[in-house]
Amino acid sequence: MKQYLMKYKFDYAIITAFTIFVAGSFYFHFNPGVQIFKDNFRMFLKEMIFVLPVMFIIIGLFDVWISKEKVQKHIGENSGIKGILLVMLLAFLQSGPLYAAFPVAFLLKEKGCSSVNIFIYLSAFTMAKIPMLTFEIGFLGLNFSLLRLVLSVPVFILIGFVMGKYFDKNKCEIKNI
Amino acid sequence: MIAMTVVTGILIVISFLFDREKTIAGIKKGWMQFMKILPTLLSVIIIISVVLHFISNEVLMDYLGAKAGWGAYLSAAILGSISILPGFIAYPLSGILVHSGVSLSVIAVFITTLKMVGILTIPIEKKYFGLKTAIIRNTLSFFGAIIVGGIMAFIYYLI
Repeated sequence: MKQYLMKYKFDYAIITAFTIFVAGSFYFHFNPGVQIFKDNFRMFLKEMIFVLPVMFIIIGLFDVWISKEKVQKHIGENSGIKGILLVMLLAFLQSGPLYAAFPVAFLLKEKGCSSVNIFIYLSAFTMAKIPMLTFEIGFLGLNFSLLRLVLSVPVFILIGFVMGKYFDKNKCEIKNI
Repeated sequence: MIAMTVVTGILIVISFLFDREKTIAGIKKGWMQFMKILPTLLSVIIIISVVLHFISNEVLMDYLGAKAGWGAYLSAAILGSISILPGFIAYPLSGILVHSGVSLSVIAVFITTLKMVGILTIPIEKKYFGLKTAIIRNTLSFFGAIIVGGIMAFIYYLI
């Protein structure tokens, strides 16, 4: 328990301070405090509470059902273009903020996905999720989205290669927290 | 998002029909991971909420509008890198900005950095990848985003 608290001491300090701040703001009708809570914090919390548990359940199920051999074969080292396309497709179909992709990256690596593909996955995840594209097209137009996509794909594949090579060369690893 | 929840629900049912214990073990595993990341997530969200409060639409216009000239691109890149806005906020906001006179090329830089670079989420990224890797990835992504945004800006400038 003590170890647990030490690990998250900054987080809990921030959470405690914020809780007191918000409670105080409501009590004393301190408007900025109420606004920060109502307009901003609640919106993020909503996103987190709806998206993340779903993501993590998928991760858990993926973990127990998909074998290491399968992952290695399809998106591991030497999986080539097919591997790249597969991780990109995987990323495009998901939704949620970038931090939701990190645990997925951990699991994929654990199961034998190549480092290059891990980073391509992360970049693809940030750039082009299909649920978000519908939003983008709605507000900024189809041309904008298409142009952005066409330009982004080569850039993030390149970043994936650079990061993957760096990652392997320095024997880095992804930690489960 | 609703689609994903439905698909997940169906997956759980199918998985449950095939193997009860495996399914429960899987869900438990996922849930434990979620609980572990929760404190860090909450504190990051708190910081972002407070920071966002000080950046109003008017402030955005001052830095991103035609008045700012070339500085608008720089502001867009910096703003995009720092903030993490969920898409359902970022796109409507961009739409508003375009209507109030911000050029699409500036928005292009903003959107690409917003999506690819997450300075505020480095505390989370660091926990998985280590600080060094997180910083390198974000730096590379920053330049990647500048390249994509820059080329888009150039194309918009031509047409």
